[in-house]
Amino acid sequence: MAEINLVEAVNLALAHELARDEAVVLLGEDIGANGGVFRATAGLQQRFGAGRVVDTPLAETAIVGTAIGMAAMGLKPVAEIQFSGFLYPAIDHLVNHAARLRNRTRGRLACPLVVRTPCGGGIHAPEHHSESPEAMLAHTPGLRVVMPSSPARAYGLLLAAIRDPDPVMFLEPTRMYRLFRQEVVDDGEALPLDVCFTLRGGTDLTLVSWGAMLHETQAAADALAAEGISAEVIDVATLKPLDLPTILESVARTGRCVIVHEAARTAGLGAEIAASLAEEGLYSLLAPVQRVTGYDTVMPLSRLEYQYLPSVERIVAAARKTLEAS
Amino acid sequence: MSTVARFQIDHVRFLDPHGEALGPLPDFAHDPARLIPMYRAMYLTRSFDAKAIALQRTGKLGTFASALGQEAIGVGVASAMLPEDALFPSYREHAAQLVRGVRIEESLRYWGGDERGSDFADARHDFPNCVPIGTQVCHAAGAAYAFRLRSEARAAVCFLGDGGSSKGDFYEGLNFAAVWKAPLLVVLSNNQWAISVPRSAQSATATMAQKAIAAGVEGVQVDGNDLVAVHHVAREALAKARAGGGPTLIEAVTYRLGDHTTADDASRYRDPAVVQEQWSFEPLTRLRNHLVKLGAWGPEKEEALARECADTVNAAVEAYLSTPPPTTAAMFDHLFATLPAALAAQRDEALRFAPRTAGGQPGGDHG
Repeated sequence: MAEINLVEAVNLALAHELARDEAVVLLGEDIGANGGVFRATAGLQQRFGAGRVVDTPLAETAIVGTAIGMAAMGLKPVAEIQFSGFLYPAIDHLVNHAARLRNRTRGRLACPLVVRTPCGGGIHAPEHHSESPEAMLAHTPGLRVVMPSSPARAYGLLLAAIRDPDPVMFLEPTRMYRLFRQEVVDDGEALPLDVCFTLRGGTDLTLVSWGAMLHETQAAADALAAEGISAEVIDVATLKPLDLPTILESVARTGRCVIVHEAARTAGLGAEIAASLAEEGLYSLLAPVQRVTGYDTVMPLSRLEYQYLPSVERIVAAARKTLEAS
Repeated sequence: MSTVARFQIDHVRFLDPHGEALGPLPDFAHDPARLIPMYRAMYLTRSFDAKAIALQRTGKLGTFASALGQEAIGVGVASAMLPEDALFPSYREHAAQLVRGVRIEESLRYWGGDERGSDFADARHDFPNCVPIGTQVCHAAGAAYAFRLRSEARAAVCFLGDGGSSKGDFYEGLNFAAVWKAPLLVVLSNNQWAISVPRSAQSATATMAQKAIAAGVEGVQVDGNDLVAVHHVAREALAKARAGGGPTLIEAVTYRLGDHTTADDASRYRDPAVVQEQWSFEPLTRLRNHLVKLGAWGPEKEEALARECADTVNAAVEAYLSTPPPTTAAMFDHLFATLPAALAAQRDEALRFAPRTAGGQPGGDHG
């Protein structure tokens, strides 16, 4: 059985769906002959033809805009936006059209669209190539927002996203693309959307994170374990709609929660989770909820990006704070 | 120095403002059986338009965008479409929508604040009104791509205004469709006004049609108040699209005889005398005069048509006003194919606190 990395898992899922369902088409910049700047679509145009793996002109608005028209007319488009920093020209189409076509027509038309886009920092990329826009997207009613954190979850969640009858934003953490390999069986088995995955059980506190930050979060859990502290680690995976019951159930057992995300703090999804814990889980909390996030600064260029990204040390410090609180 | 490209833009007009033929006419223009249904659709559009404004003025409808003076464009183009084609309208194209089978009561429901108005009983593949400007060009280009990929003999037809031609979406959609040779027809209803901004302040180009040239697309200008000309160029463009010839941009030159919407007062920014003058170019009189010359129309038929359209509109208004109010749950129930568990509590809350007047009164005017 082959061990593959996250970007290869994305490729595997796309190939599986292209072979399984002729309504599936891919479109985006450089995804065909070049196989995508991260190689996510490598070999797919050669296998499935230029009609189904479409190199588009360089215009993000129209990549998403045309994908909406395709989706409404029976195709299942998977659009790639080369970097999430270039997603913004397409926001109008996502917010005003993709997210509400079903509702506007009371179910007459639908938009089974996936927009894949790399996100996050940590790969020493140029300006605008390290964005974390998940909270902006999650604030939009009608959009699903999904972020995998391992090759297996990338494969299973992408299958689920493509098969979902509604629009899904599929944010792929670039730093994870080649970070590690994992056995992935190409069995066409989708993972469920709208649920968190508990990556490790624990009894003393709950660490909640998603995407690339799970790498640091897991390392923090290891560091805490070395001190005899047992941290549960939850991968939120589907950021909207949020599987709050899994988080509440965990915090009910541990009494402590640290939320870790790379995106800027204010109005980030950490705030949503913390507020939900305050509303529905306050009496099980033994300490104030902590957030470890990117700062409310512009994402710095590469020389400072690791000053911006939450570190293992910051996560461990926040965990200690919750443990010292009572 | 060498010339690498030249272009010309044809202006198509068959009937002068009095309905006199300016030259040989297309075959259909001699055939009352073809023309009368289009005249009827234009007349019905105008009857509906007047009634909708009256309903808004009496608090029974929300803000409404009139198509007064632009009836020939929607009717001429939509009458050239096949049922299996798909329409991507702006918010001012009820002329086209009525021809496509959208019901007047559906349109009224939409403008009256009820999403069910966009759940067309017929025209199931047509997009709902597009309020964000120009975005529908991209949607139509994508739909056209889907048709081409599946080798279907269908076309996507979208409408936008002169203001919409300033949006990037317009050029991007046209450009994508051109590269794809997708069966797309873009109809630009140039009614000279984008709310208060005149055509002259919108673009420095001599025509709107020439904007197609930048995308490698054929652009043609047509007298948008001449039903014969509009229908003729739309038929040609759609035949070309179906035959694999790619997209066409039609600039239909017209004039917005009404306000932008019922929330607008155009007398603040344009001279009523100019508007009055534009009435001599309006499309219904022109086609009626032509029908009279063909010996196919007269005062009795006109009166009968007026009665028929009034009855149709009145029946639609009755159906609209007696529509049961929308349910509170509806705003949750169509958000996704299946309501996510995370939204169940919010739905319950909405139902628990829904006021007794849930669904509001028809209209719910905001303008």
